[in-house]
Order: sequence, then structure tokens, then C-alpha cells
Amino acid sequence: MSDAMRAETITITGHGGERIEAYFAGPLAEQPHGGVVMIHHMPGFDEFSQEVVRKFAHHGYAAIAPNLHYREAPGASPDDAAAASRAAGGVPDDRLVGDVEAAANYLRGLPNANGKVGVIGHCSGGRQSFLAACSLPLDAAVDCYGAFVVKEPPATLPSSMKPILGLADQLSCPLLGLFGADDQYPAPDETAVLAAELDRLGKAYDFHTYEGAGHAFFNYDRPSYRPEAAVDGWRRIFEFYGRYLSA
Amino acid sequence: MCTYLTEKIKIDGSGKGARGWFGLSEASVYVDHPVHAQFGHTVNIDFRNPGEGASARVAVELTEEAALALAEAIHSALAAAPPGLASATQRR
Repeated sequence: MSDAMRAETITITGHGGERIEAYFAGPLAEQPHGGVVMIHHMPGFDEFSQEVVRKFAHHGYAAIAPNLHYREAPGASPDDAAAASRAAGGVPDDRLVGDVEAAANYLRGLPNANGKVGVIGHCSGGRQSFLAACSLPLDAAVDCYGAFVVKEPPATLPSSMKPILGLADQLSCPLLGLFGADDQYPAPDETAVLAAELDRLGKAYDFHTYEGAGHAFFNYDRPSYRPEAAVDGWRRIFEFYGRYLSA
Repeated sequence: MCTYLTEKIKIDGSGKGARGWFGLSEASVYVDHPVHAQFGHTVNIDFRNPGEGASARVAVELTEEAALALAEAIHSALAAAPPGLASATQRR
């Protein structure tokens, strides 16, 4: 089987019919593939996020990361765009859902799509991954240390940043949660509340909390990187997607 | 933690970014993950001019100690100069 892939920046029609940039990577082989929408973290549509997209393609998935900050800063570098988005109040939840839906539909429309689409996000993207999975029909969702799913953020934060535990009954697919035991956002007691709610609702989920790891343990260029947690986390992600995104 | 909390102020002055000098119109101050500094969280300050595009930005990521020392140094420097010398209403 060929391991050739296509990887490039494309334009898709996002929330509200607006054209936005997205980074796509997927196998060229004709046999059916599952798809993954990668929700980038708050620092933006950066090199780390694009490498993650290519990693999924390397493992046989068509993957796409919509540039959630594109509207505030078309053509700007990821850090400048993230700063502009922050100054404008951040990414609204409804716009996020619309952009993920558009990205998922792009994947479903590929000639070698098997129709299955998962979602993944880290940090702010972890919360957004859960939000998307509670708002759209998806096949598997991964939440990597997403905060403010359960707990109220400090009162000074924008009103758009509300807890979304109340959406849990609409969770459309199995959820894999990867967290750090030393993280405060989300702290282990917060993810325990989410687990209890998913139990109560009879939703399929699989949570892992790594000892010795805090927030952002997947980010290999940051001091928060924890190789043991990250390597095991990646193994679990591919096992999870292998189960739910295969044809 | 992605704090999202951003202190935003209007400012008047100039900054030097990747494309040279430009006029500044606002600054954002927030405690969150840095892009470059090797810490989990820093005090981040963006000096910006949105009217000239998102790239018109001068950014710094400082430790808590550095940010507080900077604030103190600004107060000390201003206290040592005649009042109003650097004011927006100064005589030119």
C-alpha cells in the first residue's frame, strides 16, 4: 500500500457561509479512510497543529484543521492571528461548531472517505472537541485536557466561556479523555464530575489521567512535555480511532 | 490554563515590529501560555494596531517577576521626570 499523502492549505466554506483557511493532510491511496477534524489550540493554527494533522495522515486518516482565527487575521502568522482573536473576545462557540461541521463535511466528501469522522482538540480545543461532539453527529471524539467543560470559569472571563456539562446528554459518539493529574484546568475532580455525568447518561467514554503530567503534556516544544504520557496518549488515540473510525 | 481574560487598553505611541516602526493604538495584557518563553504560563503583552492588520504587533512574554519589575521601572522612570514631560498633551 502506498504511503503517499497530500498535505496543503486549502479553503473551505465555514460557519455562516464564510470562506476560511484550513490545513489538510490525507492519504492518496484509493481505499476508504476515516477522517479526523483537528481543533487547534489557543496559540492558533501553528506548526504543532499542522504536524498533528500530518501525523494522522501518516496513520491512514484524512485530517483537517480549520483555521479558527482566520476571520480576525487572514494571512497573518499564527501567533499574530491568535493575539487578534483574543483581543476580539475569542472564538464564539456557535462559530466553532459551524467550522467543525464544515471541516467534517469536507472530509466526508473526499473520494476515498469511509464516511466516519472523529474530532480531537487540545487545551481550549479539548473543550471545543466535547462541544462539537455534543452538537454534531460524529463517530469519535478526543478531549485532551480541555478546561471549563464542568466548572464555571472565573467571573471575569467572557460570557461565551460557559461550562457545557449540560450538553452531555447530546454527546453523539464515544469520548476519549486524556488528562494530567497535576493539571488545575481541568483538575482531576473536574474530569471526575464529567465521568460521573457520562456514567449517569450511559454514554461511552474512556478517561486516562497521567501521574506526573500537567497541562499540555503533548506539546513537545514546551516545558510541559511529558514523553511517557504523550507516547501512551498517542497509542490510545490511534487505538480509539481504529475502533470507531474504521469502515 | 487558557485564561481568555484579557485586559485591553487604548494606547498612544509607536512600536517596532517585524516590518519596522508603526503607530500603536491598543495593548492587551493577559496571563496565559506563551508561544516562545519556556514556561507554562507568562504575562503576555501585545502592543497592537489593528487598523494596520494583525501583523502590526509587538509582543512580549514575561515571567510574573519580570512583569512586576517592568511596571515598577516604568513608575520609577516617570517619577524621576518632570510631570507631563511624556504626556499625550505635552508641548511639542
